[in-house]
Amino acid sequence: MIPELGSFALMVGLAFAICLSIIPLVGVGTNNLTLVKYAKPLTFGMFAFTLLSYLFLTTSFVTDDFSVLYVASHSNSHLPIQYKFAAVFGGHEGSLLLWVLMLTMWAGALALSSKNIDEAFVGRVLAILGMVVVGFMLFTLLTSNPFERLLPNVPLEGRDLNPLLQDIGLIVHPPMLYLGWSGFSVAFAFAIAALLCGRMDAAWARWTRPWTLAAWAFLTIGIVLGSWWAYYELGWGGWWFWDPVENASFMPWIVGTALIHSLSVTEQRGAFRNWTVLLAISAFSLSLLGTFLVRSGVINSVHSFASDPSRGMFILMLLGVAVIGSMTLFAFKASELKGTSKFEFYSKETFILAGNVALVVATATVLLGTLYPLLVDALNMGKISVGPPYYNAVFNPIIAVMVVMMGIAPVIRWKKNKVGTFRSELGLIAVLSIAFGIAFPFVYGGEFIGWVAIGMGLSFWLIVATLKNAKNSITSPNGDYDLSRPTQSYWGMVVSHMGIAVGIIGVTVVSFYETQLDIRMDVNDSVHLSGYEFKFEGMKDVEGPNYSAKQGQFRVFENGEEIALLQPERRVYRVQTMGMTEAGIDSTIGRDLFVALGDPLDNDAWAVRVYVKPLINLLWIAGALIAFGGFMCMADRRYRAKKSAAKEQTPNMTAPIASNA
Amino acid sequence: MKYIIGLIATLLVLISTSSFAGSVDTYQFSKPEYETRFHDLNKILRCPKCQNQNLADSNSMISQDLRKEVYRLMEEGRSDEQIIEFMVMRYGDFVLYKPKVDNVTYFLWYGPIGFGVLGLIILSIVVVRQRNKKANAGGEQEQSNEELSDKEQQALDNILNKNK
Repeated sequence: MIPELGSFALMVGLAFAICLSIIPLVGVGTNNLTLVKYAKPLTFGMFAFTLLSYLFLTTSFVTDDFSVLYVASHSNSHLPIQYKFAAVFGGHEGSLLLWVLMLTMWAGALALSSKNIDEAFVGRVLAILGMVVVGFMLFTLLTSNPFERLLPNVPLEGRDLNPLLQDIGLIVHPPMLYLGWSGFSVAFAFAIAALLCGRMDAAWARWTRPWTLAAWAFLTIGIVLGSWWAYYELGWGGWWFWDPVENASFMPWIVGTALIHSLSVTEQRGAFRNWTVLLAISAFSLSLLGTFLVRSGVINSVHSFASDPSRGMFILMLLGVAVIGSMTLFAFKASELKGTSKFEFYSKETFILAGNVALVVATATVLLGTLYPLLVDALNMGKISVGPPYYNAVFNPIIAVMVVMMGIAPVIRWKKNKVGTFRSELGLIAVLSIAFGIAFPFVYGGEFIGWVAIGMGLSFWLIVATLKNAKNSITSPNGDYDLSRPTQSYWGMVVSHMGIAVGIIGVTVVSFYETQLDIRMDVNDSVHLSGYEFKFEGMKDVEGPNYSAKQGQFRVFENGEEIALLQPERRVYRVQTMGMTEAGIDSTIGRDLFVALGDPLDNDAWAVRVYVKPLINLLWIAGALIAFGGFMCMADRRYRAKKSAAKEQTPNMTAPIASNA
Repeated sequence: MKYIIGLIATLLVLISTSSFAGSVDTYQFSKPEYETRFHDLNKILRCPKCQNQNLADSNSMISQDLRKEVYRLMEEGRSDEQIIEFMVMRYGDFVLYKPKVDNVTYFLWYGPIGFGVLGLIILSIVVVRQRNKKANAGGEQEQSNEELSDKEQQALDNILNKNK
């Protein structure tokens, strides 16, 4: 009964979504405000029934209803309860339902908090979100219904969740990622609504920006959690593989980064309007493309656990409709959105735009690398692989250019800056950065490494330039310091940019200075690595709820003093009879000690891999800083402005648009 | 001795069904720099039969064999290029995570440069147009859009159109 109710709830949700995507638009077209006002209740209905449907699926998992195919393939009665909740989105069907749930949640939140936005405009935005929901709900119901039954042959036991996914990282990672992806649909809906009514002013940017920032910050968290999970769970100490699935989440993030910056220019200067719209469309399209790549099975990846070629067509169709539709609209309407402001070469606008261009070029490059093997294969020109060496060679230089811009853009003024002033402000910092970059590899590692010099020099540049600028910003004319002088979103920018710098330091140091040892260890053997002594004291048998494991005991000594006990495991999960390594990790801010077990050898000896990874934890700290900065910007007071400011404009929904310049 | 270890390891892998476990070899290298080269090579060679894993991270049978080959060739004194050539001969370009530059991959390798140049061109067009716009429009009308009512805006439009 429960699964049928779930299915039914989803259909009701679909009905709401269909109404939502039509009625408000009809209202706008016929100037009938009553119809427009239906948008919000329809949105709430759509959200409520999607939530209901999701809860029914969760119930099926919690009650071990193995008559449901999806539950039977992704759960087991011995699965710990927290993983049963996570197993709901552990496969294709459920993760799609989660996607839809997140999307309706965004729509609901928008409907709830849009009292200060023009009614007709919100109606349009919600209607477009409704269309996106219709697409995804149809996809779910037609090709991937999670409520499908296995009748009459109900299995007694489920096939269990993939052991790789039985982990705290995988409980939190997908919801964050989906919040981010689906959040870009809100930005997309805002952009399309702006095209539809030809209205895109500072108020528009002010409405759009917090939503985009929120989506972007969630996506940041999602990506970093995924990377963290790969690091400690995949077993071999890697944290970024330039895997197509990682790229699928990374591309919308890069474009999203460009989008939030472009939006800030649109908000504060009225410039870059077309560009902003284009970026919003791209971020959404790339999210769809990512979904297609992950879900269709056209790519080989270490991350995609549920893919099915037959479903690819449907997403490709969705993608086609979204891209072609919005691009056509853009082609016809873009000229109505011309910006009104002007700027000189030496201006904040120029440098933000340059950073934006670098980000877009970076995205195009990642896209090229991700799709190229598919194209070559489709054209029967052979099979090639594009992996980390390629991306490192082409991606890093582009990002280096962007970081240079990141140092300049906050310092320089809007519109027009005297050439001399910012040169004198930044010249010394630039010289110091180059010196620091060149000196660092000698001091830290004893030999010169070009990429280390570049990475450290850029981080130094970014940190010092940002702090210098922050100091200027808090200095009042009479020389006192006042932290409340700049806006909260300014501080958000500072925090996020610092996060980027911290991340670059972490990536640079861990990539070039980690040390590794693959070695045979007998019981009571010791090995030395980077000043640490690792002593193998034998194995213990450990029983988990649904697995058995052999657990190694490694004591770590530094200068003769014991500092850690590492307990890496080799697990065998009973149902899926799949072997898994659990690394033993000891973390401090300065380094991770990482031990993973290989295969057992003769005489109770084991093959063991030992890593010392300096500064790797900076990566996760960087992710937290970047996301936190995003949330700070989002929560800026000016986005919660009173009704008055926004309401004064265009009370008449068919008002002509300002198309000057 | 090392062959015996290798044999035992192989047998154990045959027994276990693991896919994400173990990829540690305990080879003894005759020269210390071989070890670094061995790890670096395993990172840029792809396991021909896995989802998307390099030789260093994969524990499939074939990766174990290939690592053994890399080790053997290295101990024979072959260079990195020769080892890569050997692998490509046997398994095709697919094993290379860093694709060769040839007529199939020209666009892959030079595309990003093209994107960069294109980006620069667009950037300079926008910036130059901005500066020229100043000459055309003349007035000090800027971004005050949100402070204008529709009537004012229309009036402004009229004035601007007249100026053109």
